[in-house]
Amino acid sequence: MLAELGAKDFDALFADIPAALQTEEFRISPGLSEMDMVHRLNRLAGMNAVQLVNFCGGGFYDHFIPAAVDALAGRAEFYTAYTPYQPEVSQGTLQAIYEYQTAIARLTDMAAANASLYDGGTALFEAIMMAFRITRRRRVLIDTGVNPIYRAMLKCYSANLSFEFIEVPAKKGITDRQAFQAQCNDQVAAVILQNPNFFGCLDDGTDVIEAAHRAGALGIISVYPLSLGLIKTPGAMGADIVTGEGQSLGLPLSFGGPYLGFMATRKPYVHKMPGRLVGATHDAQGRRGFVLTLQAREQHIRREKATSNICSNEAHCALRALIYLSLLGKTGLVETAELCASNAAYGWERLTAIPGVKGAFPHYFFNEFVVSLPTSAADVVSVMIDKGFAPGFPLERYYSGMENDLLVAFTEKRTKEDIDGFAAALESALNG
Amino acid sequence: MQLIYEKSVPGRRAARAPRRTVPAKDLIHKKFLRARPPELPEVPEIEVIRHFTNLSRQNFSVDTHFYPLGSCTMKYNPKSCEAVAALPGFLQVHPLWPQLRGGGQLTQGVLRLLYETERLLSELTGMAEFTLQPLAGAHGELTGAMLMAAYHRDRGNRKTHVLIPDSAHGTNPASAALAGFEVVSIPSTARGTVDVDRLRKAVNAQTAGMMMTNPNTLGLFEPEVRTIAEIIHSVDGLMYYDGANFNAILGRCKPAEMGFDICHLNLHKTFATPHGGGGPGAGPVGVVVRLRPYLPISRVVKTKDGTFSLDYDQPKSIGYVAPFYGNFGVLVRTYAYCLLLGRDGLRAVSNHAVLNANYIQEKLRALYPPAAPGRCMHECVLTAKPLGVHGIRALDIAKGLIDRGVHPPTIYFPLIVPEAMMIEPTETEARETLDQFIRVMLDLARAAQEHPEALKQAPVTTPVGRLDEVAAARNMDLVYNG
Repeated sequence: MLAELGAKDFDALFADIPAALQTEEFRISPGLSEMDMVHRLNRLAGMNAVQLVNFCGGGFYDHFIPAAVDALAGRAEFYTAYTPYQPEVSQGTLQAIYEYQTAIARLTDMAAANASLYDGGTALFEAIMMAFRITRRRRVLIDTGVNPIYRAMLKCYSANLSFEFIEVPAKKGITDRQAFQAQCNDQVAAVILQNPNFFGCLDDGTDVIEAAHRAGALGIISVYPLSLGLIKTPGAMGADIVTGEGQSLGLPLSFGGPYLGFMATRKPYVHKMPGRLVGATHDAQGRRGFVLTLQAREQHIRREKATSNICSNEAHCALRALIYLSLLGKTGLVETAELCASNAAYGWERLTAIPGVKGAFPHYFFNEFVVSLPTSAADVVSVMIDKGFAPGFPLERYYSGMENDLLVAFTEKRTKEDIDGFAAALESALNG
Repeated sequence: MQLIYEKSVPGRRAARAPRRTVPAKDLIHKKFLRARPPELPEVPEIEVIRHFTNLSRQNFSVDTHFYPLGSCTMKYNPKSCEAVAALPGFLQVHPLWPQLRGGGQLTQGVLRLLYETERLLSELTGMAEFTLQPLAGAHGELTGAMLMAAYHRDRGNRKTHVLIPDSAHGTNPASAALAGFEVVSIPSTARGTVDVDRLRKAVNAQTAGMMMTNPNTLGLFEPEVRTIAEIIHSVDGLMYYDGANFNAILGRCKPAEMGFDICHLNLHKTFATPHGGGGPGAGPVGVVVRLRPYLPISRVVKTKDGTFSLDYDQPKSIGYVAPFYGNFGVLVRTYAYCLLLGRDGLRAVSNHAVLNANYIQEKLRALYPPAAPGRCMHECVLTAKPLGVHGIRALDIAKGLIDRGVHPPTIYFPLIVPEAMMIEPTETEARETLDQFIRVMLDLARAAQEHPEALKQAPVTTPVGRLDEVAAARNMDLVYNG
């Protein structure tokens, strides 16, 4: 082939690159055989403590994933394709996204959903930018019950954009109504809540969103989608934009990613939504088909005036979520959510029966709650790790004054035996 | 095909819920519960399996078809990289574990993998440090633009705009805008490279930096990149390298040596991680030494005793661009890919990617003229304009390719080339595949002349024909309401 191009060697093909910019100096080892590479990666995988019984959540949960999710999402026709720019040869991906959008809309009780965003945190940022476009205001009020990692991300993203980001401290574990009302005025673009919130507490934000609407602001709610098998929907609370982390829907924890940001909204705001959207249409023979639509919002057309810079999203994670929801189905999702809640309720009973341990907040919870320990939660955690448990997340890292508080999560994977063992280990850790 | 919702029958189900092991009782007050269960599909497992298996068969993909989608680098994704990414020792690691006291010991394997991946990317690009956090290419661009802003803020510079060539991807201006910059577009020369004279005139004290890709979107190496960097640096601007086309120079050139200060890489392009039907990708960002303090937190560090931990104490950091440490599953595949290829294998990637693109360009030159003279790099931009006399456009050629079993190239991009067809074969295709593609393209040029009307009807071999996109936008049917 080189000869046919009149090139005497590969270097000749790179003649346009000044010699000074070319190098052979790369301190990289020679290639490995597949077997040797796998051996090395096996060793690295073996250096992580996945044998621990996990009670750590904080927005990212250890749920069971049916085998069919991996089998179907593992079809290379899905994962080795790219963004469906050519609809006739991408109907598989496009129809799946349309079905996913439908599933998210039904789960959240909203009119429309997009094809995915990177994660729950960036989805929240995109929701705020969307609220700015809709209201032409530049201030948001955010409850500190919203995941502190997301709030940290929002601070990062807001650094160069002229907007005000006001944190409203949660009061006794839930949204402080008075504080929100006092600050919700005609400068505010949106109020941002999370349900269940970072402390695991359930709340009904309907009144907060009504107050926002009276001030001409929008209501944004970040949700834990698996909980929506059971708990009141953001749509029923009057939310205008719903975002969340879709990891709980069939995605492994995978040390933080890839995850799945989702977003849903009301019909009038669809044009202001970021990200890809798939719509149903037909061909000349009247056959139903699916295409990327409303692309005039997007960066490849609008460039610096686009609704977002997003291009690649988390399509394959969205596919996993759709397959997961299809497998669990209407009853299975409800049952799984109930099981999580039952395990958490039992965990609450067991943990709060330990002398010196008490529930931090008097609210209902879904599958996660905060316990106050008689001593530093971080210290207790390191003892519990030695006993074979990842016992939860100490809140001190993100909430000052909560040094003794531990956030503990339960999924359907935890058994009575796990929970009894956990309670016993905690009791002995506190007495040790 | 029917929707999964259209296959739903009340009472049917696939997965059985796990056995309850704890006592059941009324758990949550009614006012916090949803009124009705969500209307999810009710289908048995075999229907779910058939539904998605059959959906998958309606896709073209790298594993089934030649997929020369320009600028997207649709190379083969090694199965061994998939296998190691699925190891339970990676999948089951909770991202909050390293933040627990004594938690570093729980995650030594994953932290070491991150650390070594950063080192590999630094070595390949010449950058001093890398963050693996950005979750996609455009997210890397935004991170890079925010690093630029942080640098200038820290130095007390008042910078308002970023320069971007008119041939750039739309994500570049969109990302710069999200970091608070105005965008100034720099025209290309007739040859398709940056017009350095026009650039010189556009640069002033308010110039924060320049974002460019090299080779550029026409598949041409910017020969004056060092001069461009000097111009930008002369006003304390920063040079941003968009790694979308890094596959062309992998193992041969280092962006840092071209004068770039910040660079992102698209791991789903150059580093063979699968595109997933539109993601997940990963867009790690590398920087030169003087930008290190601004990198996102956390940073993976190697301690004196050879163990790894996370450092959150970075007072000048831009903060958190992602919740954790990036799209870890994608990073595992990248690391595995680099181990498999090694130094020589990585250099061979660009050699063969450039060879394959030039081979196609030469063989098609007569009927589909290249947008620029001379050799191309890893992709060639051709134009279908000569076929316009028969009423045939690049779109028609794309649809004709589909009926002949080839995924179309990128069309109508870059915007500055009329009837553009951007063809990127990648290094993983055999000569026989390229020859077959060339025969098909020549056949299509003949069909354009002899049977243009038939070509306008393409594709006819797919489950649906050309779809009515105007109706889709008008009807806004985004959710099934049956």
